[in-house]
Amino acid sequence: MLLYIVRRLLMLIPILILMSLVAFFLIELPPGDYVSFRIQQLKMSGVEVSEDEAERLMMQFGLDKPLPARYLQWVSGIVLRGNWGWSLQWNKAVGEILSERIPMTVVISLLALLFSWGVAVPIGIYSATHKYSVMDYLITFLGFIGAATPGFLLALIMAWLLFTKLGFSALGLFSKEFLDAPWSMAKFVDLLKHLWLPLILVGLSNTAGTIRVVRNNLLDELNKQYVITARAKGLSEWKLLFKYPVRMAINPLLSTVSWVLPGLVSGAVLLDIVLSLQTVGPVLLRATLAQDMYLAGSIVLILSALTVIGALIGDVLLVLVDPRIRFGRLAK
Amino acid sequence: MSAQNNAAASPTSGAAQQTPIAKQKRSAEERYYYASQRELIWWRFTRHKAAVIGASLLIVLYLGALFADFVSPYTMDTRFEGFQAAPPTTIHLLKPDGGIQPHVFGMQRKLDQKTFKWTFTEDTSKIFPLRFFVKGEEYKLFGLVKTDLHLFGVEGAPIFLFGTDRLSRDVFSRTWAGARISLSIGLVGVFISFTLGVLLGGISGYFGGLVDDAIQRVIDFLIAIPGLPLWMTLSAALPRDWPTLKLYFAITIILSVLGWTGLARVVRGKILQLREEDYTLAAQGAGASDWRIITRHLLPGFTSHLIVSITFSIPGMILSETALSFIGLGIQPPAVSWGTLLQDAQNLTAVAQQPWLLIPALFVITTVILFNFVGDGLRDAADPYQR
Repeated sequence: MLLYIVRRLLMLIPILILMSLVAFFLIELPPGDYVSFRIQQLKMSGVEVSEDEAERLMMQFGLDKPLPARYLQWVSGIVLRGNWGWSLQWNKAVGEILSERIPMTVVISLLALLFSWGVAVPIGIYSATHKYSVMDYLITFLGFIGAATPGFLLALIMAWLLFTKLGFSALGLFSKEFLDAPWSMAKFVDLLKHLWLPLILVGLSNTAGTIRVVRNNLLDELNKQYVITARAKGLSEWKLLFKYPVRMAINPLLSTVSWVLPGLVSGAVLLDIVLSLQTVGPVLLRATLAQDMYLAGSIVLILSALTVIGALIGDVLLVLVDPRIRFGRLAK
Repeated sequence: MSAQNNAAASPTSGAAQQTPIAKQKRSAEERYYYASQRELIWWRFTRHKAAVIGASLLIVLYLGALFADFVSPYTMDTRFEGFQAAPPTTIHLLKPDGGIQPHVFGMQRKLDQKTFKWTFTEDTSKIFPLRFFVKGEEYKLFGLVKTDLHLFGVEGAPIFLFGTDRLSRDVFSRTWAGARISLSIGLVGVFISFTLGVLLGGISGYFGGLVDDAIQRVIDFLIAIPGLPLWMTLSAALPRDWPTLKLYFAITIILSVLGWTGLARVVRGKILQLREEDYTLAAQGAGASDWRIITRHLLPGFTSHLIVSITFSIPGMILSETALSFIGLGIQPPAVSWGTLLQDAQNLTAVAQQPWLLIPALFVITTVILFNFVGDGLRDAADPYQR
């Protein structure tokens, strides 16, 4: 087991290197750089920038060095000093900008995952135990619609409905008075008031998918001999259901983490922009538009890395929960 | 084949003389056993009501996009002076003086003295009948045929089925114009990712070994990255001032370069399975080339499964384009897609006053759901020998 985890962790290294390369070079891809973007901006506001000035800016931001040198500088800064680079657009250290926003995106994605499981598993169990009932058909139908409905478009519609019908602004994670306030109980409660909508919307399609998986798995399980035996021996329906079949039906959910998580993170980033949450989405959007490469690169890298690690944790949990699963090669 | 022909071809065989009679009076069960695979798939598909309805509505949508200029009463850029942010026009059936005819009333504009917003009210004294196949603005159908025929229109007053936007353009006409890019990008994108997926998945599955390992690792890598941040950085790399067509293809390529993995997995899995079948071994023994085995013996074995996965990946493409254009990294105005139309709906206060700006979102959601219905029906039909 330990060996398996160590091997998986070692396998992360080449993936992370590849990811950092992709992240960095993608951002360097567009013609021009932050300085040219800045000069253009200054020109539009009527300020002329001399050649010397431009060169000085290039020097200041280290943009005069060749690409590989800049990449090495960036990566070694991250690995050796935990320094993610300098955001040219914010004029702040990247780490400082992201320290509060990345956790928020992660929390939203993870909570959305847990939330969708929390909702989907009971519904799936009900649906399976009441097969072909009216409710089952209703759940299947709604689940189908839910799986197909894109969260960010629904967010637009929901935000409008809440705003016009209830006067509730679903935008942002905090009310105005708490935006810059230090963490307190009141701020936390305020956060909870705003958090439920993003959670539902980010997890929507996963919820619908999970209901289907749980229902199908449980139906398979309930037809097995051991269930019939248990029922024949007079076990209560409740115990009969939860002792083994339900556990068997929800185990596979853990193995879906590795491909559900990237989708959730993508969905969260998009929803952040639509609902203008104080998370990483809007920052990434502005950074990519302004070619603020260290900021955008760091975000893409961190999000990808966290997703891969999340998937790894999912796999490890699966082994812990289901002792029948063995990893690695068979011992002779 | 007619009875005479059949009999003439084999006059000595008694069985042959019976078949034509049997053909005419086949029971449902017999028909089932005689049916070709294609017929079986078709029968199963038509049994899935939601899929049939979904497919027909999709055809309507695509036809609407194809004939967008004809369906919409105006061009997407026509501005109506004095009709800024006008609400949707209501079509009335009953005339005030009795009698039934579809008509609209004239619109009156008033400035609200308190909020300084224009409000629109119907002027019931002015009646303008709704007419079909009217002459309106000139356009070129498919960019070739010059015509001025529109499906419907009103003479003397404008008609805005979905209201107008900030720049007083007809949202209905713009929605159909946007449908062109939004609906076609799904097809074009899936075509590219289909080619990539079948090629790489096929190579991976058929040859196995090192090639397989390499391709699988690439797929693992691509699946593990959250797509949207990557798409965002990629599309931000495209110059904003590219012509629409170039931008359109660049975005399609970006979406499909990252989107082929799912198809490749399906292809690989199926090839791995079919490769072990006896008939493949027989073909190899007979000295058939790899190319012939793949195209003649393996591909037909899972075409139906491919069509299913394609149907399911089209809505994903459409959504991705909408998302990118919506946040300003996709198709750029003045070109319209459903995503760029929704840019107007980003501002919550604007939407509160002009909720009709959200209508393109309903189009996107409907399209995605319809594709899922059709995909579901196709999945059930794909393997007609099952059950």
